Amino acid sequence: MKNFILSILLIAALAGILQLFLPWWIIAPVAFVVALLIKQSGWMAFASGFLGIFLLWVVYAFTLSSANDNILANKVAVLLKAITQGSTIGLYLFTGLIGGLTGGFGALTGSQVAGLK
Amino acid sequence: MIASCFNVKSHNFNQRVMKYLKPALSLTITVALVFALNSQLGVAPPFGKFLNPFGGFWQNAESTSGWKDENENLEGLKDEVKVYFDDRLVPHVFAKNDEDLYYMQGYISAKYRLWQMEVQTHNAAGRVCEVVGEKALESDRLQRRIGMGYGAEAAQQYIEKDPESKKLLQAYCNGVNAYIKNLDPKDYPLEYKLLNYAPEEWQPIKVALLLKNMANMLSVYEYDIENSNFIAKYGEENFRKLYPDYWAGDDPIIPVGTKWDAEPGIRNAELNTNKQTTQRENTELYQNAIQKPDELNGSNNWAVDGSKTKSGKPILCNDPHLALSLPSIWYEMHLVSPNMNVYGATLPGSPAVVIGFNDSISWGVTNAGRDVRDWYRLKFKDDSKNEYEYNGQWVKTEKRIERYKVRGKGEVIDTVLYTRFGPVVYDDNFGVANSKKYLSMRWTAHLPSNEFNTFYKLNCGRNYNDYLDALKTYTCPAQNFVFASRSGDVAMLEQGKFPIRNKATEQGKYICDGTTSADEWTDFIPEGGNPLSHNPPRGFVSSANQHPTDSTYPYYYSGVGVYEQFRNRRINKILAEGKDIDFAFMQKMQNDNYNLFAEEVLPVMLACAERAGVNAAYKPALDNLKSWDYFNNPNSQQATYFEEWWVSLRDLLWDEMSDPAYPLKRPNEVVTIGLLQNDSTSEFYDDKRTSVKENRDALVVQALDSAMQRLTAKYKTLDAVADWGKHKATKVAHLAKQDAFSSLNVYNGGNRGIINATNSTHGPSWRMIVDEGAMKGYVVYPGGQSGNPGSKYYDNMVKTWAEGNYYEANFIKTGEELGSKKLFTSTYKPKQ
Repeated sequence: MKNFILSILLIAALAGILQLFLPWWIIAPVAFVVALLIKQSGWMAFASGFLGIFLLWVVYAFTLSSANDNILANKVAVLLKAITQGSTIGLYLFTGLIGGLTGGFGALTGSQVAGLK
Repeated sequence: MIASCFNVKSHNFNQRVMKYLKPALSLTITVALVFALNSQLGVAPPFGKFLNPFGGFWQNAESTSGWKDENENLEGLKDEVKVYFDDRLVPHVFAKNDEDLYYMQGYISAKYRLWQMEVQTHNAAGRVCEVVGEKALESDRLQRRIGMGYGAEAAQQYIEKDPESKKLLQAYCNGVNAYIKNLDPKDYPLEYKLLNYAPEEWQPIKVALLLKNMANMLSVYEYDIENSNFIAKYGEENFRKLYPDYWAGDDPIIPVGTKWDAEPGIRNAELNTNKQTTQRENTELYQNAIQKPDELNGSNNWAVDGSKTKSGKPILCNDPHLALSLPSIWYEMHLVSPNMNVYGATLPGSPAVVIGFNDSISWGVTNAGRDVRDWYRLKFKDDSKNEYEYNGQWVKTEKRIERYKVRGKGEVIDTVLYTRFGPVVYDDNFGVANSKKYLSMRWTAHLPSNEFNTFYKLNCGRNYNDYLDALKTYTCPAQNFVFASRSGDVAMLEQGKFPIRNKATEQGKYICDGTTSADEWTDFIPEGGNPLSHNPPRGFVSSANQHPTDSTYPYYYSGVGVYEQFRNRRINKILAEGKDIDFAFMQKMQNDNYNLFAEEVLPVMLACAERAGVNAAYKPALDNLKSWDYFNNPNSQQATYFEEWWVSLRDLLWDEMSDPAYPLKRPNEVVTIGLLQNDSTSEFYDDKRTSVKENRDALVVQALDSAMQRLTAKYKTLDAVADWGKHKATKVAHLAKQDAFSSLNVYNGGNRGIINATNSTHGPSWRMIVDEGAMKGYVVYPGGQSGNPGSKYYDNMVKTWAEGNYYEANFIKTGEELGSKKLFTSTYKPKQ
């Protein structure tokens, strides 16, 4: 459990810092490296990668959007209504899901590579 | 033994493969996922790139409060510039020289409207396919085949011959580029992220392209192909009856009875050297015609002199009608340098104020709608199209290779032929290719011209003579320039470059002969020959896209166009009766919803219906209509009934004009009213799609039935039919046609033919009232100063506009005067 929480925090922190300079997909290598170094089962690694990025993206998006009174988020939710059903909460969840899946698979790959001896 | 040995080996091998298979599979999924989320999938944005809050759209969710002063050092500035933003985010730019002023105009315009600037120039240049792919290729090809790029290049080269213009234009571009250069991809306007591309450098050609974009919206109201087709199909007599050049009761821009002899230059009316005196016959049908922009691209402007105002000084008003869009076509700015102090509407991407006022004068525009575009039928020597016939000789064509970098497909090449009659728009490679009718287009938008210089001079202008001087070189799109000055002058000049047309052949009204010089342009109406009204005795000047003159004007022009028949008369009536006019009077007038067309046509329609007898179920609706005051106010249900009935009648009556194979133009409303009133047996009443022969009254009732059925289907019962504001549901549409970024269901009155000419998609794109006595300007437009859909200043003025209200312009002399209305100040200094 300690490793799980540590992984989430590390992935979120490193991804947050690196995304200030690097493209968004740096989240996958970050999750990969953290999972490589902190030993967990495949599923736990996936979950830590998923949650680390999900939380990072949703919390940062929420911070930006709150200062904007959700003006833009409400419109983009309508723009992507095929996915979000027009709901702003849906847009947050979709944002988290996209980041989460990328982080999750990155971490899963990392833990599986770590398993190779 | 051997076999078992092999089995063991194989087992180990399998295990080893299995061991690597899982991570390999995960890695593949991860890489594929990243790749997919980083690419554009059909119309969907690259989701990873778009949704990540560090670089995606969330970054455009700008804070709604906490505005802070900014300081920046910019390369290329000569001196310090201060920009004060007021509480509507209108920039007040204070520069110490004109170059810095235009540099900052470029910089600030880009900061708030960059995507719009670029998408409009891409559209003009036929480059939209570079962004959205093959679906835009055909419309891009049309843009290039009508010579938009060719005309823009001619304009740019001409502008650069004038060192002063060249310098100021370059300063503007430098400002735009200074902004683009410092732009981090995370700060790209939202639409770049959505469509997954990046802004490019701003070059002087783009300024010329923007002007051609305006020309293509406004100077294209010719019906050469439609007129020729009509005569070929229905004969000369019907044409004269349904498409008259002038009609009784018209009220032109220059008052009837104005003497032309008094004007210099007018005596040259015979300058057209083509001596042909007989009409050519129109016997052939043409399949290709460019779709015309909305007929509602028009405008109102007027100015009253001091004899009619409360203050004793002129008041000037203008509201140009265009497609209602977000971001708005206009960007409001206040530009101050030692040479000028000017306020008004700018076109983002182009320097200077287009419609506005300074401390001495004010001006505005409406579209002239004159025919400045002619089609010539060409004959080529052979299929190579290297030579075309001209006065019995074979003349070489010039070839212009157009390259399209189609996104997702690669380069597509198109060759456009150029002749002395302009670019060949329709040939075997474009349009209905098998028609074998080669048509080229001569258009004043292809002429070299420097419209920037006109606006620059107006921006600095101090009096009537400056106004005339500024306008004399203005070429295209031709406009009616209204003018008023603090010193008391009012004026109206229809300015543009107009070919002198041969009246005997009505040159330019039909397809012209491109094999000889008989229909060729020989000269242009000289300076002083354009319709002008200066301080007329009636105390006001006005224009609303109607005929510029009555038929006594010495230069021939075709009256078959989109000349307004109702707004002009309503405006002139109100102004003629008006006394002690002030801002409130003009506010009410610009928002006037009186439907003069309905006043004239509805009694005729009701009489027809009564003669023929109507379905009892529609009686209450008709009774309701009879009590209508003819105001298309938003809360009027009667306006909904009327408009639906009229649209049905128009479409049924002129069903002949909707033949998809051969383009035709519908006759105008005045002609239609006259026909309904005086002719009960016209062949056009028959609905060609039915086997029975309809007569007039039956047709009017059929139109009523169809309108009422449509309304019943939509609203269940006729009682429940929505009022006009809800029914019309005006939409201010985002430029990429995204409803999510549009203002929908804007509650407003009006319609075509009404001073408040707002229909469901077009309308007054800028309203301005300038009181020269109080030296105050009042403005509003259906949009907001920011082009970012995530800004609270994106569409904040739409409601004010819809309700008919205005903002008083902060026409300050120093930044401090803004006081509590100041949002923040940006200080820009030259980079050392």
